Amino acid sequence: MFGYYLDLALRSLKRNRALTALMVLAIALGIGASMTTLTVLHVLSGDPIPGKSGKLFYPQLDPQDMDGYKPHDDPPAQVSWIDGMALLHAKRARYQALMTGGAVPIQPAQSALDPFFEDARYTTADFFPMFDVPFLYGRGWSAADDEAGARVAVLSRELNDKLFGGKDSTGQTLRMDDVAFRIVGVLDSWRPTPHFYDLYAGSYSSGEGVFVPLTVATDLKFAHNGSTDCWGKGMSDDLKTATCTWLQFWVQLDTPAEVAAYKEFLLNYSREQKALGRFQRPPNVRLHDVMGWLDFNKVVPSDVHLQVWLALGFLLVCLVNTVGLMLAKFLRRSGELGVRRALGASRRSLFAQLLTEAGVVGLVGGTGGLLLALLGLWLVRTQPSDYAALAHLDLPMLLATFAFAVVATTLAGLLPAWRACLIPPALQLKSN
Amino acid sequence: MDIRPILSTLRRHKIPALLLILEIALTCAIVCNAVFLIGQRLERDKMASGVAEHELVQVQVANIGRPADAKARAQEDLARLRRIPGVTAVALVNQVPFTNSSSNTSIKLDPAQKLPTLNATMYMGEGLIDTFGVRMVAGRDFNADEYLDFDDMKSDPNLQSKVGSLVITQALAERLWPGESALGKKIYLGDTSVRVIGVVQALIRPSLSNGDGTAQWTMIFPLRMSAASASRYVLRAAPGQRARVLGDAAKALRVADPHRIVLSKKTLDDIRSDFFRNDRAMAGILVSVIIALLIVTALGIVGLASFWVAQRRRTIGVRRALGATRRNILNYFQTENFLLATIGIALGMVLAYAINLFLMLHYELPRLPAVYFPVGAIALWLIGQLAVLGPALRAAAVPPVVATRSV
Repeated sequence: MFGYYLDLALRSLKRNRALTALMVLAIALGIGASMTTLTVLHVLSGDPIPGKSGKLFYPQLDPQDMDGYKPHDDPPAQVSWIDGMALLHAKRARYQALMTGGAVPIQPAQSALDPFFEDARYTTADFFPMFDVPFLYGRGWSAADDEAGARVAVLSRELNDKLFGGKDSTGQTLRMDDVAFRIVGVLDSWRPTPHFYDLYAGSYSSGEGVFVPLTVATDLKFAHNGSTDCWGKGMSDDLKTATCTWLQFWVQLDTPAEVAAYKEFLLNYSREQKALGRFQRPPNVRLHDVMGWLDFNKVVPSDVHLQVWLALGFLLVCLVNTVGLMLAKFLRRSGELGVRRALGASRRSLFAQLLTEAGVVGLVGGTGGLLLALLGLWLVRTQPSDYAALAHLDLPMLLATFAFAVVATTLAGLLPAWRACLIPPALQLKSN
Repeated sequence: MDIRPILSTLRRHKIPALLLILEIALTCAIVCNAVFLIGQRLERDKMASGVAEHELVQVQVANIGRPADAKARAQEDLARLRRIPGVTAVALVNQVPFTNSSSNTSIKLDPAQKLPTLNATMYMGEGLIDTFGVRMVAGRDFNADEYLDFDDMKSDPNLQSKVGSLVITQALAERLWPGESALGKKIYLGDTSVRVIGVVQALIRPSLSNGDGTAQWTMIFPLRMSAASASRYVLRAAPGQRARVLGDAAKALRVADPHRIVLSKKTLDDIRSDFFRNDRAMAGILVSVIIALLIVTALGIVGLASFWVAQRRRTIGVRRALGATRRNILNYFQTENFLLATIGIALGMVLAYAINLFLMLHYELPRLPAVYFPVGAIALWLIGQLAVLGPALRAAAVPPVVATRSV
């Protein structure tokens, strides 16, 4: 039966090409615009570290003095050196890493390359196992290296390609800011999106080219990027003692019990520090997981949300338009439908026939919409935003496009089909 | 023209008429808000900076290792840059408008205050006001002997209290002391106080992440930067000379000290254009959506009007046979469309207001000014009339003889 309806639908659509083209165009435009913006939203609000995001937590403390204190305020978004180091050495979690972003001058050994600046991450040993960072050659450094202040470095795959032509560079020396570092590892391609572990480095930044131990970078006074928020005496030359928060701290907690225990530990630590007189405010701690932290920071740009609303509004107009056109098309065929009714077709089968026709329009419109979405995403990629390069259609979004188009158009076909089914057969035969 | 027959016809075609009204209403509402958003974005793009934008260029350098004598290094750099032909002023500053990197601090008007009054940005650098071309509107620029070395202050926090004076923007002065002169008034940064000695017309913050409303909350301090504490060299030159000056400046800085990297060399016009490019891109997207919406709506009107004309061929024939002129028929369809468009537009206005309320709630947008409502109305009336013209002309061309034929 479906085959017959399909045949009827194609015949009918061919009979009135202009109207069919209008409907297909409207659906294609609406679906194309919606899928472009929804794909961007989907990419930008994705899980940066699937499978592990629920186990990674971002502890926050409030070490500030009473100046400017308001109850129920959120604690600072980062930790100070003293608190960060205390939490790191407490080792209360499976893994823990303290880190900040920076930029270092790289001085290539070969004279063909001029010195250049590279984004860097100053962090501690657990960074690599905690974030499941893939290695191409070698491995990360150890906690002992952190303690000893070993001058070791891990390179990204891109930087290794640039400096060593992609060869295994472990064991080689790299000069950075006039200091020699021994390369211990080279990463495979790794770009968590969003750049969740340090949002100050740009929510969708491409990541850093070189990783060095935090203690080494701080002792050598490597330039640190991102936000430094101070209170009391504030900024001084020595960031280790300054009353400023400038480091990100992440922990891995595998079970809800561990999470609860860690939260209790943070509260106890705050109470203890308050008793010692270092903290002045009442204990105020947070423990967001990855998705919670991204959500709290409203990582997805508001323009992206606005564009989604705009596209959905546009799609709605296109669908209303399609409902109108389909109604006109179906009612125009009152005669034909009346004959089918008179020959014994039930309302139900008429309804199914008309909905099949609507579905075909949706499928063709969906194909057009897909092409327009690919064009739209290509346009997005030419945009200046730092997330632009990420806008690619994946398989789930591709299938969603078709499903969305067919469902939307079939829904749009409901009203016209129902209206057309109400035509009494006798009347149509008479007037003919 | 009598509209009663039109109304009674429409009453018999309720669903298509309602669909058309709905489509016009939605389009009208979206167009009103989109035009408003475009206005907002373009206005932001034109935001005043207060500096001589077309005459400024910036060269940013970074040292490899620590410069041996950062203060002397800076002075020699500046001297070399001043010698470049066409350069009228040079300064080494801590931050530059539209570069997104800024240092900010909370200030108080009374040291006993529990909560700070507001957060403002801090510009530093010898000769900054003169080089930037910022216009003084009250008081004076800093004297040469008022400047302190930023590096000294950083290593000895006690020197902070020695910074006695600052210059602020008119907007900040008006925010702190509405209706009063700011000259001589005190601002507290932590425990230290500084006195306002001058007011400039405007100087925009390097980053607008605190909201556009605080864009002009700016303070300028008499602090001299060194090659270790600042990296941005700003040069002023005639617009036609900027490209050459940029090249010469980068070369001069590398010759002065080869052990460093030029991170960027750009004109302020380019820096500004980059800063607002997202706004311009969004305006472009909105324009395309408006055009697409109007086209889709117009095509929808053409489709439905054609259907009506086809359906009423016989009636039209009868009317023509009974003496109606072609113009009568044409007017009939035009009036019908005008009626539907008007109802749609009225509904669209309400919807536009509702959408604006939603946007105000979620995207911190201001209220939709009333001037934007007629924009949507006129656009849709025009589109409606243009779209219906074709089908209406076809209707007018129906010969009276149709009345005598059975279909």
